[in-house]
Amino acid sequence: MIGGDAPVAITTPLSAGTSPEAVRRRLRGRRVDLAGVVLRVALLFSLAFSLLVLAVLLYDVVTGGWEVFASRFQSFMSGTLRFSAGESGIAQALRGTLWIGVFVVLLAFPLGIAAALYLEEYAADNRLTRFIDVNIRNLAGVPSIVYGILGFTIFVKSLSGLTGGRSVIAGGLTLAILVLPLVIITSAEAIRAVPDELRLAGFGLGATRWEVSRTQVLPYAAPGILTGTVLSLARALGEAAPLILVGAVVGRLGSNPGLLDLGSLDQRFTALPIVITYWAGLPQADFRALTAAAIVVILAIVLLANAAAIILRNRFESKRG
Amino acid sequence: MAQASIDRAGSTLTIDDLRGDRGRTRKEAVARGLLSAAGGFSILISVLIVYSLVRETWTFVTQVDWSLVWGDGWFPRRAMYDIKTLVVGSLIVTVVGIAVAGPIGVGAAIYLSEYASRRVRRFVKPTIEILAGVPSVVVGFFALTFISPELIQRFREGTPQQTMFAAGIGVGVLIIPLVASISEDAMRSVPRSLREASYGMGAKKATTVTKVVLPAAVSGLVAAFIVAVSRAIGETMVVFIAAGKSGGALFETNPFEPGLTMTAAMASIASGTDSVVGEALTFQSLFFVGMLLFVITLSLNMVADRFVRRVRHKY
Amino acid sequence: MANRTGATVSMDVGDLRDDSTTRSDAGNEDARAPVFQVDDLSVYYGSFRAIRNVTLQVEQQQITAFIGPSGCGKTTMLRCFNRMNDLIETARVEGCVAYHGVNLYEPGVNPVEVRRRIGMVFQKPNPFPKSIYDNVAYGPRVARMKGDMDEIVERSLRRGALWDEVKDRLKSSALGLSGGQQQRLCIARALAVDPEVILMDEPCSALDPIATGRIEDLMEEIKTEYTIIIVTHNMQQAARVSDMCAFFTTEVNEKSDTRTGLLIEFDRTEQMFSNPSDERTENYVTGRFG
Repeated sequence: MIGGDAPVAITTPLSAGTSPEAVRRRLRGRRVDLAGVVLRVALLFSLAFSLLVLAVLLYDVVTGGWEVFASRFQSFMSGTLRFSAGESGIAQALRGTLWIGVFVVLLAFPLGIAAALYLEEYAADNRLTRFIDVNIRNLAGVPSIVYGILGFTIFVKSLSGLTGGRSVIAGGLTLAILVLPLVIITSAEAIRAVPDELRLAGFGLGATRWEVSRTQVLPYAAPGILTGTVLSLARALGEAAPLILVGAVVGRLGSNPGLLDLGSLDQRFTALPIVITYWAGLPQADFRALTAAAIVVILAIVLLANAAAIILRNRFESKRG
Repeated sequence: MAQASIDRAGSTLTIDDLRGDRGRTRKEAVARGLLSAAGGFSILISVLIVYSLVRETWTFVTQVDWSLVWGDGWFPRRAMYDIKTLVVGSLIVTVVGIAVAGPIGVGAAIYLSEYASRRVRRFVKPTIEILAGVPSVVVGFFALTFISPELIQRFREGTPQQTMFAAGIGVGVLIIPLVASISEDAMRSVPRSLREASYGMGAKKATTVTKVVLPAAVSGLVAAFIVAVSRAIGETMVVFIAAGKSGGALFETNPFEPGLTMTAAMASIASGTDSVVGEALTFQSLFFVGMLLFVITLSLNMVADRFVRRVRHKY
Repeated sequence: MANRTGATVSMDVGDLRDDSTTRSDAGNEDARAPVFQVDDLSVYYGSFRAIRNVTLQVEQQQITAFIGPSGCGKTTMLRCFNRMNDLIETARVEGCVAYHGVNLYEPGVNPVEVRRRIGMVFQKPNPFPKSIYDNVAYGPRVARMKGDMDEIVERSLRRGALWDEVKDRLKSSALGLSGGQQQRLCIARALAVDPEVILMDEPCSALDPIATGRIEDLMEEIKTEYTIIIVTHNMQQAARVSDMCAFFTTEVNEKSDTRTGLLIEFDRTEQMFSNPSDERTENYVTGRFG
């Protein structure tokens, strides 16, 4: 790190009749650079603020929800949505969130990685490719609620025979499409970082493009791709807005099928972020603790996934120098 | 087998010897086909988004009484579709959000890229990335239960708990990591030689940062700003939870009052779609607002993309 | 170290000789047809012409060296022989590169098969980040070659004069080898798919003189079985190892201010270095230019 004071002596002409002592004094001199200090403190404050927000947020929800975990962890995790805060639980929400995760993993991951491979390894550098590239980046910037409109029109209405309408299938498909651009962009970045020598070596030995992709490119890019996909999954699990449009139940949900009950995938559903939204809007104070507890659960899922992905990536980055 | 096929005498090779293994060639063709289909799928998504928006928007645009689209407030169930209520609501939330996230995000980015030691960076960058992973419903709840009572109401008595201001700060918190990461990228792409040239002339650190690095990174910073605006306009849940109005709102320009944004208006129509009651165009108005939102954010993103490219081009 | 490795080489030569006698029985001296017949070859990158109107032939079981100043298209030329230029999108080839009478650029020719038969060694050693064994086995595996893989790996590493140094650590990472060893591994890896021709693109430019010497020895050994084309910046190297030598240089195109490579002289190496027929060759080989 370069210190606050950069060398200043270089521009001082030595021939200007300065005595050696004067030069020495100037070289040693540490004039207090007030503006510099103020700037530095301000910048440090910005950084500290970002971290502080995270800390306060975590503290706020953990203390707010602690009581629920302490008094009735079991019934909170396995209970259903009720009118009474003391009896309510997040079982149905966990089920919805779990299945959304399954859809994202099964659809967005393979599709996204395949698209990234196409763009980086196969596609010619032509107008169509550039169009697809720009299109994907634009899709990544489309507000999530607009994806909800797509989900509603396509999966809930047009394909209702397949999805059962306002079902967790429709929700899962919508969120898989929502994070697809993210999966593509992060995977493509990881693939781009694969050194060209590996590809050339593979081609030089008479491997086909697919063989080079499968045996050299994908293994090398795997840590980066894994990080990107996990971050995308975390994003999908935390999304609420598109689910509201797709018809997740914001309120009480009667049915409570088992976590792995495949037969009821085409039924009405809810998810953890939706339940948080619903409870946050209720006026009773005891629902506030419940909301905080639900937030602790989703943060545990999302942040642990994020942290794992980030640590994984950093480890591989430092390993490869 | 492969060994036998090599003809070292050299004279009898024919083109059939160079056609390669049929199975592998076919596999390659299948792989190419599947991967291109995956690559092209993104176009289908765009088409589906536009298709989803256009139909009902068209119904709304052609059937609505346009005097109702510029009126006193947004009450779609009572056939009042004043769009400026929503646009101004979105604008207020965005301005507050950017006012928070802009300086904080860029400041954090400058510190990380110019001042922080490797060790600090190694610890802080992942933490900011974790902040980026906090779901927006969580930030919405935080804005409602902490930012509003502990900060806003303490400094400004009589403010309602749910305000556009509280939602705006929440949105700001949400987009800090985004601003920080794009800005940091922009500053890191400024070549070392520029900084060294500045130090070489005896400039101080602060001067180098403000007079050399920031101007050189300005394209990236502009991109960060535009992307942040786009994200703030598109953010739904923080506003839905913390800004207070659902169902409808009168035109309101005071940030310390409850309000409604484009996104929150869509979410509130949708959360009631089980039994859409009210005027016939309530449902279609959702698509109309969605289309407006889509066009605004898409334009912003395209402009931002141009700035990002300029950075890449330059260095 | 030098002594030990020296002993290794001589042992390997013994192994190879047994092998090579059986092979040279098959193709006797008189029937030697050119492996490659290049006819009026030009290569373009987009609208830029990298080399123009090259005509030459490459003989079997000889080392042919391409020399010339930077940017003269030696590497471009080399990559025409196994269609590696196909990997550069804008590259376009005009003219004919006949491999045993078959034009490599004819429709229907599969570049993958071409590269299996015509191996390549790159400027920078580029082993896969895998074990030594897996590096050598990679080519045979993708080509679905039959036979005992352990045997193929051992044979290839012996031919690459690397077996004795690595036989006890075949499962350890190839990235742990020294630069020279890595390059010999890359040669062994190329030999594993049993090609007829080996293309070498400045294979020693990243290596120290001792490692370079070992690679040169290795080339001398394997040329009894393989046809080798080498691009080199190093004229002494060309003089030491090659049988035939092609000198390329550049001409400046006035209009577009670009440089196009062209073949000036193609002859036996001794002839080229002792009595070149073109003044430009003479200037280059005597070090007056380039």
